[in-house]
Amino acid sequence: MRVVFKKSYDPDIDLHEHGWSRGKIVVLLGIMILLPFFVGEYYLAEAANTLIWALAGMGLMIAVGHTGQVSLGHAAFLAIGAYTDAALMNVGMPFWVALPAAGIVAGVFGAVIAIPAVRMSGIYLAIATLAVFVIVEELVILLEPITGGVGGIMAPTITFFGISFDRYGELENFYWLTLGIVALVTWGYANLMRSPTGRSFLAVRDSEVSARALGINVTRTKSLAFGLSSGVTGLAGALMGHYIGFFNYELFSIFISINLLLVVTIGGLGFIQGAFLGAILITGMPQVIAILRDNLNASTGIDIGSIPGLDTMLFSVILILFIIFEPTGLYGRWLKIRTWFEIFPLARRDMFRRQKSYLKTERMK
Amino acid sequence: MSLLQVKDLAIHFGGVKAVDGVSFAVEPGEVFAIIGPNGAGKSTIFNLISRIYEPTRGTIHFDGKDITGLKAHDIARLGIARTFQNIELFDHSTVLANLLMGRHTHSTTNFVQNMLFMPKVRQAERAHRKRVEEVIAFLELEAYRKKMIAGLPYGVRKVVEIGRALAIGPKLILLDEPASGLSVEESQDVAFWIEDMRRDMGLTVLMVEHDMSLVTQVSDRVLAVANGRPLAMGTAHEVQADPQVQAAYLGTPGEEAA
Repeated sequence: MRVVFKKSYDPDIDLHEHGWSRGKIVVLLGIMILLPFFVGEYYLAEAANTLIWALAGMGLMIAVGHTGQVSLGHAAFLAIGAYTDAALMNVGMPFWVALPAAGIVAGVFGAVIAIPAVRMSGIYLAIATLAVFVIVEELVILLEPITGGVGGIMAPTITFFGISFDRYGELENFYWLTLGIVALVTWGYANLMRSPTGRSFLAVRDSEVSARALGINVTRTKSLAFGLSSGVTGLAGALMGHYIGFFNYELFSIFISINLLLVVTIGGLGFIQGAFLGAILITGMPQVIAILRDNLNASTGIDIGSIPGLDTMLFSVILILFIIFEPTGLYGRWLKIRTWFEIFPLARRDMFRRQKSYLKTERMK
Repeated sequence: MSLLQVKDLAIHFGGVKAVDGVSFAVEPGEVFAIIGPNGAGKSTIFNLISRIYEPTRGTIHFDGKDITGLKAHDIARLGIARTFQNIELFDHSTVLANLLMGRHTHSTTNFVQNMLFMPKVRQAERAHRKRVEEVIAFLELEAYRKKMIAGLPYGVRKVVEIGRALAIGPKLILLDEPASGLSVEESQDVAFWIEDMRRDMGLTVLMVEHDMSLVTQVSDRVLAVANGRPLAMGTAHEVQADPQVQAAYLGTPGEEAA
């Protein structure tokens, strides 16, 4: 077990308590930066896709994982981000204006939606956000001059300082751009969570009544969280648009919303790391299934590719298993494994047993 | 001038008069206790003062200011902190984080500054931590700083809740049954802390409590309520000797026969 000798409050305020964990992040970032030199075009594109999903997952994590607001409508914010970015670039705005604008438009839209919606919670909020999603989908079709309607829209090639970040032409550049944006957002997110704002999110999630008693304006906090959540998802949407290249409203289906929820739930609710683990699982699973299918077909002649809906079924099974056996998600499981090693041989089976909380009879919402 | 002045306070839930015409004034530096049988409306009075409930009638003045029209989240800023009868902590955070959440009213940085974690934010964090450490030292919570609330024993959670209220830096602290469910030693600790809060921190304490030994030990004045109506007010001994209070707790002699 690591004991950190502290001489001031700063190690507790810092993102990392000690140099070792800071070093791990640096190494990870280094590997990610050097990735284009090690993997081929196909896997690099997959890595970029995973990063985009992780970004969208972080967006949803702010709402679901850290403020306790379930949203089934986050595909709408992806769409708003993607269309805002593409539309602005199509009228000649540079990417560095269009991308933040996409985030801001999606964020402001989310915050405005949230003001009436945050009065609801749980399943009711989920249904309300689903309604928002349906409205946005219709709007996308109706606003044909901007969105291209049913036909779709082209996301222009990103260029600045004369360098192309085209997803097909200059994949490495596009990957590095995505990585940079994801790293920046992750840093901001982690900062937020160690500041008073992040603490007020957690307070609202765990007990609204005592959050109020501490002077936290619950409605404002929830709208801020939902707005930030939508904004980050909007950024992911803009990148997703560039990644796909040409898209219409069908890209942002309800299944994207559900997959995003899977990302945060399987990844680990309430952990930024969870968004990344969930994104790796959700984007990696189809690849693993495809490889398995090919191998199985080649070696035994059994063609599981002919079974319709296999991916979806596997996802569902994984989700159910997680909810039953590991509600804290992949990251929660990792924490348990790590603790087991750190305090070896003192770990006990019931150390992580969830405690039932009694005396919650008089909860006031 | 009284720090807290409650006048003719009433709240009716449909036909149920949970609180009906309660008046009292708490003087600065006083320990004021409200007692009464279960369902008397004690916690409801607390919820009215902390603005969770909207009173049907009556006014609440704090520090000479009418707070009856304020929102629940405005109360802490004025210097009123509270604890809850059924512990309302943030279960998935550490003790330290819970206490830091008590500093919310003192944070001056906005979310953009926080996201960039500007030097100003770090300075503010250090200052918050320093205040929280004072609370930790006062309540002897050093061993639990980094522990999650969800895994803590009941007695410690009770203390953390008092700590979180103290972290606000209040003038008036409302303690809703601070000793319920505690062992004799633990409630003795609570008694000492209440004494210290008053003497060393200059706090005014308003508490609801069933444990009469604690009430007798620490409170200057006691208000007894039953069925939402005030019965008697005075020192703990005076109130306990009051025939109406005894009747409310024990029933009227001959009631069974009738």
